[in-house]
Amino acid sequence: MTPATGMSSDPSNIRSKARSPRSRPPAPVVAAAVVISLATLIPLGFVIIMTAATGWDTAVKLIFRPRVGELLFNTVGLVLATIPLCIVIGVAAAWLVERTQLPGARFWSLVLAAPLAVPAFVNSYAWVSTIPSLGGIAGGTLVSVLSYYPLVYIPAAAALRRMDPALEQSAASLGLDRWRAFFRVILPQLWLPITGGSLLVGLHLLAEFGAFSMIRFNTFTTAIMEQYQSTFNGVAANMLASVLVLLCLVMLLFESRIRGNARYARIGSGVASRPPILPLGRYRPVAVVGVLGLAALALGVPLGNVVRWLVAGGADIWDLPEIARTLAQTLAFGLAGALLTVLLAFPIAWLAVRYPSWFTKLLEGTNYITSSLPGIVVALAFVTVAVGYLRPLYQTVPLVIAAYVLLFLPRALVNLRAGLAQAPRELEEAAQSLGNPPLKTFLRVTLRLTAPAAAGGAALVFLGIANELTATLLLAPTGVNTLATRFWSLSSEIDYGGAAPYALILILLSLPMTYLLYTQSQKAAGQ
Amino acid sequence: MSPASADTPTPDSHLIIDNVTKSFGSTQVLRGVSLSVHRGITTAIVGPSGSGKTTLLRLIAGFEAPDSGSIMLDGKVVADGTTLVPAHRRNVGYVAQDGALFPHLSVGENVAFGLDRRKFGGRAAVRKRVAELLAMVSLDPDYAGRRPDELSGGQQQRVALARALAREPELMLLDEPFSALDAGLRVATRKAVAATLAAAGVTTILVTHDQGEALSFADQVAVMRRGVLAQIGNPFVVYTRPSDRETAEFLGDAVILDADLQGSLATCALGGIPVRRPTCQGRVHLMLRPEQIRIAETGAIRGTVLETDFFGPEVTVKLELHGPAASNGLKQTITIRHWNATLTKPGTELYLRVIGEGVAFPA
Repeated sequence: MTPATGMSSDPSNIRSKARSPRSRPPAPVVAAAVVISLATLIPLGFVIIMTAATGWDTAVKLIFRPRVGELLFNTVGLVLATIPLCIVIGVAAAWLVERTQLPGARFWSLVLAAPLAVPAFVNSYAWVSTIPSLGGIAGGTLVSVLSYYPLVYIPAAAALRRMDPALEQSAASLGLDRWRAFFRVILPQLWLPITGGSLLVGLHLLAEFGAFSMIRFNTFTTAIMEQYQSTFNGVAANMLASVLVLLCLVMLLFESRIRGNARYARIGSGVASRPPILPLGRYRPVAVVGVLGLAALALGVPLGNVVRWLVAGGADIWDLPEIARTLAQTLAFGLAGALLTVLLAFPIAWLAVRYPSWFTKLLEGTNYITSSLPGIVVALAFVTVAVGYLRPLYQTVPLVIAAYVLLFLPRALVNLRAGLAQAPRELEEAAQSLGNPPLKTFLRVTLRLTAPAAAGGAALVFLGIANELTATLLLAPTGVNTLATRFWSLSSEIDYGGAAPYALILILLSLPMTYLLYTQSQKAAGQ
Repeated sequence: MSPASADTPTPDSHLIIDNVTKSFGSTQVLRGVSLSVHRGITTAIVGPSGSGKTTLLRLIAGFEAPDSGSIMLDGKVVADGTTLVPAHRRNVGYVAQDGALFPHLSVGENVAFGLDRRKFGGRAAVRKRVAELLAMVSLDPDYAGRRPDELSGGQQQRVALARALAREPELMLLDEPFSALDAGLRVATRKAVAATLAAAGVTTILVTHDQGEALSFADQVAVMRRGVLAQIGNPFVVYTRPSDRETAEFLGDAVILDADLQGSLATCALGGIPVRRPTCQGRVHLMLRPEQIRIAETGAIRGTVLETDFFGPEVTVKLELHGPAASNGLKQTITIRHWNATLTKPGTELYLRVIGEGVAFPA
């Protein structure tokens, strides 16, 4: 890794005229960060170049046709139906768990976050094997809401926990009753978790393939995949991809517009006391039934179905050598991808924290835009680039890992950023004044203090890789299967029983990571 | 600007800073600072926030490099146009504002951080040394096993000092190490730190924005303002004979009166006041410290109490003067302190006398 400051670890006592370590970051780190950020621009560049190269007439012909209209209707309709439902369910659940005398609130707090450990395509599999006729926007919305509401619920619960009770007390002293206080004081405070969570939900909806394909609901992503697999029709798939990317960018822009930059953090000093807990009174049964129902639908149905198929399948479905091979493959991909992603995120995170400027902000921002692109777009870009220019890399492990890095870099970035904030410059300076050269300082202090955050980031990247489907399907070498792709091929063949062990392992692998995510959000809230 | 004799480098100078400048972007933070520090003494660099004092300390520590000028430690150049000895090779101790204890290490591990175990003779020797160092800063050796976050702010600062002392540096830099502590703890910690450093015979430089702290802590005070050292000298001299009005007002409350200075006698609303070694003549601003103005039984100078502000041991009294000079149009109000609030009701007329000399600044 790179030394921690602008000082060189030159063995001689003397070095040439120094630049201020504060004013200019070390060149090798900048170079590394720039190269990594440029590499992450490959998918976006691919879409732009392909669209330009297609020619206006062909592009118009391929984009303005009834098929695209149908896909647009489905995709936009899905987003517009799912996001509000996720907000209502996520915020209501967070409020019940954090602010009311819900029986067993701490237990529910965790259980309601747990559906995040169930991959959306496993959820879909469970529902379609319960209700075989499930499909259309309604079916897509049902599965999506149950899979993705935790993305709003977790940050909303964390924000409710951290919120200064003095605000509500002030509202009460200004004559607002509880309902009006909720809508005029609490809800506006939740704006950031709601917009941030909704963006994540939206991006997941645009990127999801397995869950919708399973219930034969067509979105841009499923259509691109179909186009690609059935005909290898590159141009048609690419045009669909560029519309998808456009939707994605519109969503990012919209979120950054409405998010605003108002200050929602606690203003003033002092230690915040615990927020007030409301008695539910006669609404108590309603609240309990609501929480119970949500958990049953989002967690009970998938778990119940997996267990049902496991029981029905008996010993026959446990093809142990195959399962072991797939599990090992998943762990290998996950670990390699997670390590590489954290390693590559380090220079960018370090520059962003230590040398904040428009340039480092740009570097950081690039990575967020790229990885909000659906996996299918990244995969298509990699396939095209590999087939066209790097033929030996096509369908090799390095290419899959590279796609994972691009897709999941922000998960590592966000964590490393927080971790580096735990290792302020003062501590590095203290170590140096105690006789430690820069490299040793970096190892003994900076790296050591960042390690927990780096591990957290790596775990989240691992989780992403284990559940990744589209990029793996397109890019993995022939015959190489992860748990997700194996589950997918079995359940596509309606071998629901055979797929069940893979679903179980996926859920079991994801549970600890989900728990980590949950505790991290609680910690960020100062608990 | 009249740098005192302490600024002249002598063979005994431990640290010599010569005409150092430093800019961050377009902001020039240091505009030519020169300072000489004798071995074994304590120097306080005092100035308002943003005056550049912390930057100067960071240059001495080696965390930053000067744009021009030079820094010499122990007769060796550590920073100039061509040379820069990095921080870890300077053997300069540094205690930051919040102590900067490593949160992932215990107190004992923090203190031992700068000790090379192999060179030091093994684990047991290190443990013994840690206990010694903790004792030096008046902490029980049991503290070695605690985590930094289990300590109070004052204890953390003392651990940071022990950690910095572990390598037996000849120069210790303290960057506002007491400012995060509350008032009572601040004085106690300051005294403990000063005693420890004096016992160890370490040359010490303290940066602070607190005048009282600078004056009580140091053998030599350097007043920093807008990137230059406005005055360097012993605390008593700097306080009683500041080199300009801004320094005077920064170092403590000052009574400033219009005066007419002839020779070494200034005539003002408080009568004739002697001025030592005046640098100007004629119309001047005369500076006195409020404690030099006392309430007397009788005398030629009188003042009427306008308002008072009582805060326990003392009362500040705002007075309108009508002395012999008042007829010259030099009618003025001043603020002094007194211990007896019952004597100083608004409207009361009091007699005043002045103790000691004044300082004259060009008007």
